Amino acid sequence: MIARSIRVVVPAALALAAGMGSAGAQQRAEVIHWWTSGGESAAVRVFAEQFTKAGGQWVDTAIAGGANARTAAINRTVGGDPPTAMQFNTGKQFDDLVEANLLADVDALARQQNWKAILPEAISAAVTRNGKYFAVPVNIHGQNWIWYNKAVLEKVGASEPKNWDEAIAILEKIKAAGLIPLAFSGQKNWERDLFNTVMLDKAGPAVWNGIYAQRSEAAARSADFRAAVDTFAKLRSYVDAGSPGRNWNDATALVIQGKAGMQVMGDWAKGEFAAAGKTAGKDFGCTLFGSKGGGYVMGGDVFAFPKQKDAAKSGAQLTLAKVMLEPDTQILFAQKKGSIPVRTDLDVSSLDICAQRASKMIQDKSQQVASVQMLAPPAMNGAIEDLVSQFWNGNAMSHDQFVDKMVAILKGSY
Amino acid sequence: MFARFGRFRSRTAAWVALLPALAIILVAHAGSTGWTIWMSFTSSRMLPNSNFVGLRQYVTLFNNDRWLVSIHNLAIFGTLMVVGALAVGLLLAIAIDQRVRAENVLRSVFLYPFSMSFVVTGLAWQWMLNPTHGIQKLVRGWGFADFQFDWIVRQDTVIFTLVIAGVWHAAGLVMAIMLAGLRGIDDEIWKAARVDGIPTWRTYASIVIPMLGASFATAGILLSASVVRLYDLAVAMTNGGPGLASEVPAKFVMDHLFERGNLGLATAAATSMLITVVSIAAPLFYARARARAQETRR
Repeated sequence: MIARSIRVVVPAALALAAGMGSAGAQQRAEVIHWWTSGGESAAVRVFAEQFTKAGGQWVDTAIAGGANARTAAINRTVGGDPPTAMQFNTGKQFDDLVEANLLADVDALARQQNWKAILPEAISAAVTRNGKYFAVPVNIHGQNWIWYNKAVLEKVGASEPKNWDEAIAILEKIKAAGLIPLAFSGQKNWERDLFNTVMLDKAGPAVWNGIYAQRSEAAARSADFRAAVDTFAKLRSYVDAGSPGRNWNDATALVIQGKAGMQVMGDWAKGEFAAAGKTAGKDFGCTLFGSKGGGYVMGGDVFAFPKQKDAAKSGAQLTLAKVMLEPDTQILFAQKKGSIPVRTDLDVSSLDICAQRASKMIQDKSQQVASVQMLAPPAMNGAIEDLVSQFWNGNAMSHDQFVDKMVAILKGSY
Repeated sequence: MFARFGRFRSRTAAWVALLPALAIILVAHAGSTGWTIWMSFTSSRMLPNSNFVGLRQYVTLFNNDRWLVSIHNLAIFGTLMVVGALAVGLLLAIAIDQRVRAENVLRSVFLYPFSMSFVVTGLAWQWMLNPTHGIQKLVRGWGFADFQFDWIVRQDTVIFTLVIAGVWHAAGLVMAIMLAGLRGIDDEIWKAARVDGIPTWRTYASIVIPMLGASFATAGILLSASVVRLYDLAVAMTNGGPGLASEVPAKFVMDHLFERGNLGLATAAATSMLITVVSIAAPLFYARARARAQETRR
């Protein structure tokens, strides 16, 4: 009851405080995002509806493709016609905008909602610049899930693997059974994600952070990293000839149809299973590999708020930021999106078993690592993407060369 | 006196009419080019800055495997695509020039690919060349179980699949240009050749084709332009893969400009492309200008 009245009163108060001159005028928020697929647009509608309930007017500017949407939003911001809010992946994509003093901070709201207490530490750090909060995180995506078709694993007499060594034994059996062992989408970013998934299991969080956060040569030259490279190279023999260039959802479809055994993909793949009428735990399974602790790669999405000339628009930004983090919004959004709520203080029993498992992992710092987008700038991630892709396709590059080139990237000026 | 004023006035009118176009060219074209070159000497990342770093971006660029692969790929694609499209286009034109029946229909059929965008071309060829559901699967379905045509998923052959799609796309245009050239050749030459008893192929090889110089130049320039800006075909068909095997310079620029937020490196790559094009085009223009000057002197 109290919560509800707060929910009504606070936005009203914010609206009053923000736009005394235009009191009574509706808060308009133009939001640029890239959520255009079926499940995604259903999820973004949750934000729109909750914002409308809070007295705002949502103006939807959906632009397909993350890079396209970010480019459009950045160009408009630099050009002096900023949207009210713009989407980024949790991480370093908006660093330059903060440096150029183009973003408004949301520090006051963060203190009011006590973000420090309710957000996982890594997420909190990822939206903080110079001690101030500069974006509102809205969800958490696990990037390193292993999805498998239960019927296929049963057929070859295998149960859920716990690490890559076990998984490779199962892949070998699936291959012998004449199916595609690993459903794979051979595009650069998925090649990198597959490598990262192997690396986290084989080398653990210390090497992960050593590479992506500290850019340490020692981490890249460690025996554990080398073991990850060896295992990654082995996986080449478990993908089919049609994998280069394939889209990730087509690879998921292979697992859904029982033509393939497993897929490594972020939790957005769940949307494909759900759309095909499959249930987690019954038709398909999900698991995470983290032999050295820290098995959950945590990424996600945030919204940032460009500085506005018009005070009424700043008011709309605050209302929007607040609405996005409300408990109801968070749960409803996660159900539609396949992600998990970014807050650690919510009841997640209404989410599926994969999401519940993930929610447990974000409570415990030792179980997670931050995504590469959070740790390294896009230019460096791109260079690593190119390297992994070059290595994965064809046997021309030796494992030593791979390590040397990785070291060169870490030392480069990205 | 009057005449001179009239000439002056018509000159002014011409200049006034040209002014908007000239302004657009100066600002949008030369201005952007200048800005791009300047950016390539700065440390700009996602947003432009003026922090001068000399040639550092160029050093990074020419140590970048992907850039080197891209240049190499463009050279292979450019050579094969231009030669291939010219050859196929010429053969089609000669075939149609034999006064075949249904000439109009055939001409439209051959010209049709050119009306499609590179994105559609790329997607269509991607589907056809995909080994798991394209030509390979079809032929295997006919009973040839060992048939293999998986060029698009192999690093050493993928660039040739881009050439195939490129030639398929452009051959019709070349055919149209060549056909116009062939039709422009005086019938007397053919009659004379026939009287002398020269076989048809020999007439084409030694007399007619050498007379098609202007057609070759036109087609060659059009094809070269589409080679340099090769981007959408590669994106739609292979997205640069497998690995880096079908990366091209324009895609390098676009990816680094936007997705990777590396303005400095992207503009260094763009500037390198410009330098390459200019260094190839400038001698050609110079030679042509000289030839023209000599002609007028004569």
